[in-house]
Amino acid sequence: MDQASLNTFSEEEDEQKDKYLTFTLGNESYGIEIRYVTEIIGIQPITDVPELPEYIRGIINLRGKIIPVMDVRLRFKKQFREYNDRTCIIVIAVEDTAIGLIIDSVSEVLSIPDTEIVQPPEYTKMTNRYIQGIGKAGEEVKLLLNCRKLINEDETEKLANLN
Amino acid sequence: MNDSDPILEMYIFESNQMIEQTEAVILDCELANCFSAESINQIFRNMHTLKGSSSMMQYMQIAEAAHAIEDLFHHLREDKPIAVDFKSLSDVVLQSVDFFKDEIGKISNGEPADGSATSLIHQIQQFLATSLDAPSEATTPIIHHDNEPLYVYHAIIYFYKDCEMENIRAFQLVHQLAEASTRCYHEPVELIEDSENSIQLIKDRGFHLMIESTLQYEQMHELLMKTSYLDTLELHAVDAWLGEQLADEGFIEEFPDMSVELNDALLEPAATETINSNQSLASTQHNSTQTDVQKTLSANSKSSSHSQMISVHVEKLDRLMDLVGELVIAEAMFTSLDDTQHNGDSQLFKASGQLRKITGELQDTVMSIRMIPLTATFLKMRRVSRDMSRKLNKDIEFILIGDETEIDKTVIDHISDPLMHLVRNAIDHGIESAQERQASGKSANGTVTLEAKNIGSDVLVMVKDDGKGLNRDKIIAKAISNGLLTAEDSEISDRDAYNLIFHPGLSTKEQITEFSGRGVGMDVVASNIGEVGGTIYVDSVPGEGTTVTMKIPLTLAIIDGMNVRVGSAHYTLPTTSIKESFRPQPKDLITDPSGNRMVMVRGEIYSIVSLHERFHHVSDKDTDYTQGILIMIEQDDKSLCLFVDELIGQQQVVIKPLPPYFRKLNRNINDLSGCTLLGDGSISLILNIAEVMSSSHVSSINSN
Repeated sequence: MDQASLNTFSEEEDEQKDKYLTFTLGNESYGIEIRYVTEIIGIQPITDVPELPEYIRGIINLRGKIIPVMDVRLRFKKQFREYNDRTCIIVIAVEDTAIGLIIDSVSEVLSIPDTEIVQPPEYTKMTNRYIQGIGKAGEEVKLLLNCRKLINEDETEKLANLN
Repeated sequence: MNDSDPILEMYIFESNQMIEQTEAVILDCELANCFSAESINQIFRNMHTLKGSSSMMQYMQIAEAAHAIEDLFHHLREDKPIAVDFKSLSDVVLQSVDFFKDEIGKISNGEPADGSATSLIHQIQQFLATSLDAPSEATTPIIHHDNEPLYVYHAIIYFYKDCEMENIRAFQLVHQLAEASTRCYHEPVELIEDSENSIQLIKDRGFHLMIESTLQYEQMHELLMKTSYLDTLELHAVDAWLGEQLADEGFIEEFPDMSVELNDALLEPAATETINSNQSLASTQHNSTQTDVQKTLSANSKSSSHSQMISVHVEKLDRLMDLVGELVIAEAMFTSLDDTQHNGDSQLFKASGQLRKITGELQDTVMSIRMIPLTATFLKMRRVSRDMSRKLNKDIEFILIGDETEIDKTVIDHISDPLMHLVRNAIDHGIESAQERQASGKSANGTVTLEAKNIGSDVLVMVKDDGKGLNRDKIIAKAISNGLLTAEDSEISDRDAYNLIFHPGLSTKEQITEFSGRGVGMDVVASNIGEVGGTIYVDSVPGEGTTVTMKIPLTLAIIDGMNVRVGSAHYTLPTTSIKESFRPQPKDLITDPSGNRMVMVRGEIYSIVSLHERFHHVSDKDTDYTQGILIMIEQDDKSLCLFVDELIGQQQVVIKPLPPYFRKLNRNINDLSGCTLLGDGSISLILNIAEVMSSSHVSSINSN
């Protein structure tokens, strides 16, 4: 990468710092770092691919790019909910992996400074592994997702499944 | 390869080119049984460059070996010995070519180039001393003699516009000149440290050199002309060392008559006359001959044709191919829109027709970019044939036909090993010894023909020999002893019998040689060809020879596919693997006690694989096979029937890989080889027929 693009990259980085895209999943409100988000699209026809875990719903055609889509509800072992016109796919890119996250509805982009973020409590409950922190925005509380962990399946989960 | 080191990358690329070129020249010479002055020069030039760049890169063993060969060819060139043992000369050079290949291979794999050239160099020197009856004191042109007068030259060098890394090329040149000169000053001074500036300077003003050397004008000129990617060379003899004032603009004008300018325009025959007179004018005091100029010119013409080529990373081509694939799909969407809304808009109709034409042409062009001729692969085979005929003491005439046939790069990579195997087989197994041949009334030297030709969207590659042919009885006996055939089955057609050789463990050659006979070959060949979606078969006439034919698709990126519907999902099957499709009659369907379902077609029983069950789709036809369609697929002589809901249609599809993310999940989706986009933008999954076949086979065994 040459110097010029490096510069714009770090500028963008600055602009995107502390910004989170928030969305809802049932009653909870979640947030993901905006730098991972590529775009938000409405629900699309999904092509089922055999032999995949249940939470990977299949693949979609994003303007010629084939990307997998993950139902975050199913990922967190929540009840499946039929998709409606509020259902959205948030396309994120983590490292070289592009993936779509199916969520109930998108809320807004919030600025949550580091000082407003607290670590999640220590006891181990299922979804906690994917939460990198809990952000406070006014009266509300946002669960901030760790995108890396979300898409890079953890060994421990496989072990848990075996038991 | 370490991508971050462009110098190393360039070194490897150029060295490989040089080595291949040298090998080709040697083989050509061997065929003609003489070394022309031109080819001696070429080998000499190649070795000289290789030596220079290798020593710059600190690969001393390569440099020394190249130096030894250079010495050898220098001797050939200067002293023109008449009695030379060509065969052992080619042997020696090819041996060193192999050594270079090994070493460069190691370097490009990131391993240290640790091979020792000592014995090789010794061998070359031995050859130089003994085989040639001329004096062994071969002198290199770049040796210093203190008593010779020193000349001072000013050279201005321009590289080809698009050759890139001018500073490194210049540095290389300075490095080479270090041996040949007593003093050398260049402008720009900083080549490597300040690369951006120096590249720009060299591009704009040329690379200026002040050289003090014992070499005479023509020798110096020749030496400089060897610089790779050289576009223009101006060389002046000057009276005194000017050093720092070198790049002074007025400098050039002072000696306008002395300059010799060679550039592309002058290569036309009409212009050759002027350059000759120009040269003789410039070199009256250097007594240069016209032939020398012509040699230099032809060398220049070779390198100029080189500059018409650019090397592009395959990734970029893949990306381009993807985009064109998108365009084709978008175009299909657009034109289908046009069809459905038939409101007689002739403008729209015209425009969409135009669009279709252009995208079609664009697709063809992009495909053609990925196509490379088989020439390089075929030439490698020539080397194989030569080595083997020498070793086995069989006189082989090796004929290449249609080597200009073009195939997709990825396909070529897959067929080069099988091809080598087939050529070895033909020479080792096929062609008889000279005595045997004469006894059966054939000419003493055998012929092996390697032929390629286009047939529609496939390429046929044939390896033909005029040897003894396959022995039907032996093959059948072996097949029976291996349990491939039962004695009752042995009444099969000749063709079926011969094609048994593609089964594992069936080599009829009694003697295991260095080259073949272990019986692991032909099945590997067949599976390699199968991997790229090709087929292979063999024809043979006893006593007249054997022909192995490979039918290979032109490209892997686009296949001819049949789209089918399974429940709500779409799948695509490669058309090449489909034998037929039909709706079965209830009376032909059979279910065995363990629940496996089969169908009888023309008296043969085929097992049925339901794609619904396999991929867990809900069929709207239930599992009533008489309501859907059975597709008979064939791969490697095995057949089975796939049950689908309906056939949708046949079309050319662009293969896209499945998201790499699926690999991270460690899920096994071998049944799919990729996916493609249909005209309406929806996704269809492409079945990997070979995998479906083999895993169905396993599962049916398990269930028994």
